[in-house]
Amino acid sequence: MRVLHYWRAMMGIVGREVLRFLHQRERFISALVRPLVWLFVFAAGFRAALGIAISPPYETYILYEVYITPGLLGMILLFNGMQSSLSMVYDREMGSMRMLMVCPLPRWFLLCSKLIAGTAVGVLQSYAFLGIAWLYDIQAPLMGYVWILPALVLVGMMLGALGLLLSSFIKQLENFAGVMNFVIFPLFFMSTALYPLWKIKESSQILYTLAQYNPFSQAVELIRFALYEQFNQEALIFTASAFLLFMSAAIVGYNPSKGMMVKKGGSGG
Amino acid sequence: MQKIFLSSFCVAALFMAAANAETVFVTLEKDNAIAIVDPAEGKLIKTVPVGQRPRGIAVSLDGKQIYVATSDDDTIKVLDSETLKEIGNLPSGEDPETFAISPDGKLMYVSNEDDNEVTVIDIAAKKAVQKIKVGVEPEGIAVSPDNKWVISASETTNMLHWIDTKTGKIVENTLVDPRPRAANFTADSQQLWATSEMAGTVIVMDSASKQIVQTIKLQVQAVNDELIQPVGVVIDKDRHYAYVAMGPANRVAVINAQNYHVEKYLLVGQRVWNLAFSPDQKRLYTTNGVSNDISIIDLTEHKVTKSLAVGRYPWGVAVKP
Repeated sequence: MRVLHYWRAMMGIVGREVLRFLHQRERFISALVRPLVWLFVFAAGFRAALGIAISPPYETYILYEVYITPGLLGMILLFNGMQSSLSMVYDREMGSMRMLMVCPLPRWFLLCSKLIAGTAVGVLQSYAFLGIAWLYDIQAPLMGYVWILPALVLVGMMLGALGLLLSSFIKQLENFAGVMNFVIFPLFFMSTALYPLWKIKESSQILYTLAQYNPFSQAVELIRFALYEQFNQEALIFTASAFLLFMSAAIVGYNPSKGMMVKKGGSGG
Repeated sequence: MQKIFLSSFCVAALFMAAANAETVFVTLEKDNAIAIVDPAEGKLIKTVPVGQRPRGIAVSLDGKQIYVATSDDDTIKVLDSETLKEIGNLPSGEDPETFAISPDGKLMYVSNEDDNEVTVIDIAAKKAVQKIKVGVEPEGIAVSPDNKWVISASETTNMLHWIDTKTGKIVENTLVDPRPRAANFTADSQQLWATSEMAGTVIVMDSASKQIVQTIKLQVQAVNDELIQPVGVVIDKDRHYAYVAMGPANRVAVINAQNYHVEKYLLVGQRVWNLAFSPDQKRLYTTNGVSNDISIIDLTEHKVTKSLAVGRYPWGVAVKP
């Protein structure tokens, strides 16, 4: 019976999140519009921007659109991770988190379920984006679209865990926007999403080092290699470690007796 | 599921292709060498010194010999295609750049840019048998597969000269767009395709009437028109597609040879000049002079699969089955 309880709770949380996503058509469209604007407008201006070096996993010259696509998948998962955490803050304010937290199951399980729910939404968005990119002639090998699934799930979980961790620090919805700007933009711009490492190195050694150890870079590279049917071990280890770190910190952060809310004197949902 | 089957089929097909692979030879203008490439493995096998400033290259009909125009040696070298040792020289005249071989493999037609003439060489006798005066700066040269016509394109006169192979005389001149660089016949000899480097155009002519039937303007979104300088042109044997190397535009144009529409521009390395088909015409090889590599294009999908560094200034390319 116990397993059934777990299952029912997880399905409830995932179902709620997916339903919420599907019913909010504007959210689905807006989640796609952001990367598509980057793809159609930003990338169009830099078509030949990568110069002559060919870096793995690519074996030939590529247009900038092709380079930026895995980075935009990362962007989808990053925003989605942050957004589902945002909904945690909202849930806390509205009181629905109280309902969730009184559920007689361990907190880590509830948080993980929440994470899986958010990731499922992010993966759906990613595939929708890849579908549009395919029509725009950005086409990876067919098997790449299968390989990419575990990569998207892990990256989605890692970024979602980061979001959870951040949301444990935030008491009110209004505070979140600032953190988004302080977290999302540095993560995204100081990464290999927009430019390869060798290109960053040309301009600044510090930026290069930051980008290299940015977990978002590693996540993007994991997706990039998977999309071309290749396995990037370093990126996998890095992303998985980042996930475990963020997740453990988030679980501690959400502990009412030890967590961040106590320190801040909040109610803790 | 079907897609998985399809892609595993593709993988199997790839292995089969690897089993009967060809060898690709690339002249390296600056390294004074030729690069030997295994395209199935996507690997450079070795580089062999050949002579000063090698440019045009071709494999003999029987596949046993390779001809290389070593421009600064003023000769065309004959190499054994297995050992790559020099086994002879052909008297090409000064500064040979490109040449064409008659369909029976007996005669070679060489452009002599500085002398404004075409030298006809008897390959077996290793003798120049005729010199034909053409326009200023002849470069592109082609023999029709039915062995009726030799076309010489003179870059400065902006003309295609139609030379009757029986008499060795020019019977017709066609004025074309500025700086014609390369020309090639369709397999049925019915059409001649030629590129104009300065105008960024490809012209298609009817061999019987010697009239231009179509002028195709090449244009790439977000690439300056001045960079669109078409050079090499090849047409597949069924005349489904023609492929044009676009020089500093770094692209190969895929042109539907039935309706003359450009269907795609494929991104390759920098300053792409010459092209060669694999024997089964499933792949196309390009030489990219500035980025020092060749690109391999899969023609069933019209996708560039790999670009491979070969050496400095790759110029000509030839394939041995």
